[in-house]
Amino acid sequence: MRDLVFPDVVPRTETDLMPLELEGVRLCLDGKAVLDGVDLRLEGTGCTVIMGPNGAGKSQLLKLIHGLKAPDAGRIEWNGRAAAAVTARQALVFQKPVLLRRSVAANVEFVLKARGRDRGLRNGLLEHVGLLDKARQPARQLSGGEAQRLMLGRALATEPEVLLLDEPTASLDPASVLAIERIILRARERGVKVILVTHDTGQARRMADEVVFLHRGRILEHVPADEFFPEPATSEARDYLNGRIVV
Amino acid sequence: MQDFGEAFALAFGLVLSPTGDLLEIVGLSLRVSLTATAVACLLGLPLGALLAVTRFRGRGAVLVAINALMGLPPVVVGLLVYLNLSRAGPLGFLGLLYTPTAMIIAQTILITPIVAALSRQILEDLNAEYAEQFRSLCLGRWQSVQALLWDGRYALLTVGLAGFGRAVAEVGAVMIVGGNIDHLTRVMTTAIALETSKGELALALALGIVLMAIALGVNALVQSLRMSAERRNVYA
Repeated sequence: MRDLVFPDVVPRTETDLMPLELEGVRLCLDGKAVLDGVDLRLEGTGCTVIMGPNGAGKSQLLKLIHGLKAPDAGRIEWNGRAAAAVTARQALVFQKPVLLRRSVAANVEFVLKARGRDRGLRNGLLEHVGLLDKARQPARQLSGGEAQRLMLGRALATEPEVLLLDEPTASLDPASVLAIERIILRARERGVKVILVTHDTGQARRMADEVVFLHRGRILEHVPADEFFPEPATSEARDYLNGRIVV
Repeated sequence: MQDFGEAFALAFGLVLSPTGDLLEIVGLSLRVSLTATAVACLLGLPLGALLAVTRFRGRGAVLVAINALMGLPPVVVGLLVYLNLSRAGPLGFLGLLYTPTAMIIAQTILITPIVAALSRQILEDLNAEYAEQFRSLCLGRWQSVQALLWDGRYALLTVGLAGFGRAVAEVGAVMIVGGNIDHLTRVMTTAIALETSKGELALALALGIVLMAIALGVNALVQSLRMSAERRNVYA
């Protein structure tokens, strides 16, 4: 695989958004609670990986903390500020890429312009995600891995202090996964807080500084990665890590 | 009354070597309907996009009203514009009745609801795909509207086409507010109506052929634009 180059387009970030605190959060969809009694406190920088079986409420949790949805009960605060008030200081990369019907370059430019940032940053960002040679190509012609890299480039164009990722590498080939993980790690090194939802335990092991294990809308574990992977405290997490089907 | 064969022969002759009168009528038709389409798009597309991205109390009623206005009878529009522009009407001082401007106004009123309603439908589907991403990016309403209009541009061409088709083919509104005055407000449809009633089938047929050729030509142009965009996969 071609090596990705990393020009200095992601500035060093110091965020005052942390800690993120959730207290008694409950979210219902169609009358059914998908998250219930969620208490969580995330500190500082690094990469928090949210894991759990399908339907555990991981994606909904991400949307709640990003301020795209309001909980039915409970409190979500970023260092004392309401989630919806600080959405602009974070970027969310969706599981399914949502690309504008324009060229790759125009997708990044759109975000730079919307945020009032210098459009000259475009090429640097494209180079950062390894797409400079595809700048003029229609975005919707990109492969799955390339599309997700463009989503990341667009997310970084907003200069986020927190990067939220919803299974960004689901069903991608290993080379694409590696490329995307390197971009995420680079952002983390620059001080961007990363909150990553993933199904892939291998990826969780590679990326996580701490793990939040979610099961049936509740948090069963929230521990440092070096404690979680060798010795999960709950049987559900143990089964999940061992590849048993957890429902 | 000419027989049909003769009328067709004369009509094709006229199309192949058009007279000044025919060219004038065709030219005015295009000028009026293209201007009305352009104004209707300027008003209707942003309105449609705004309706696609906003949720407010009474939105359902507004949508029903706009959809219903798509079926506005041209003669009714003509009558309403006539009442407003006639000497005794509120806008009579403008002196616009029986001018091409009056015809443009009437056709604009006729097709703006079509443009707004159809673009709302198309852009609402597009917005369903983009909305969450736009909210994550904290885009303003106007930024979202602009993005939707630009990304939906090829689909919206068809909307403009539908508006133009309706405008160029209608006779009721332009007849009432234009008056079908020779060399001033005579367009293809009013001329066809007049020549047919006079029994001048050749000219009526020639105009009919031109009208259909224009419809075909504009459709082909829009279709080829869309196809070339699809080939480049811009609008995949």
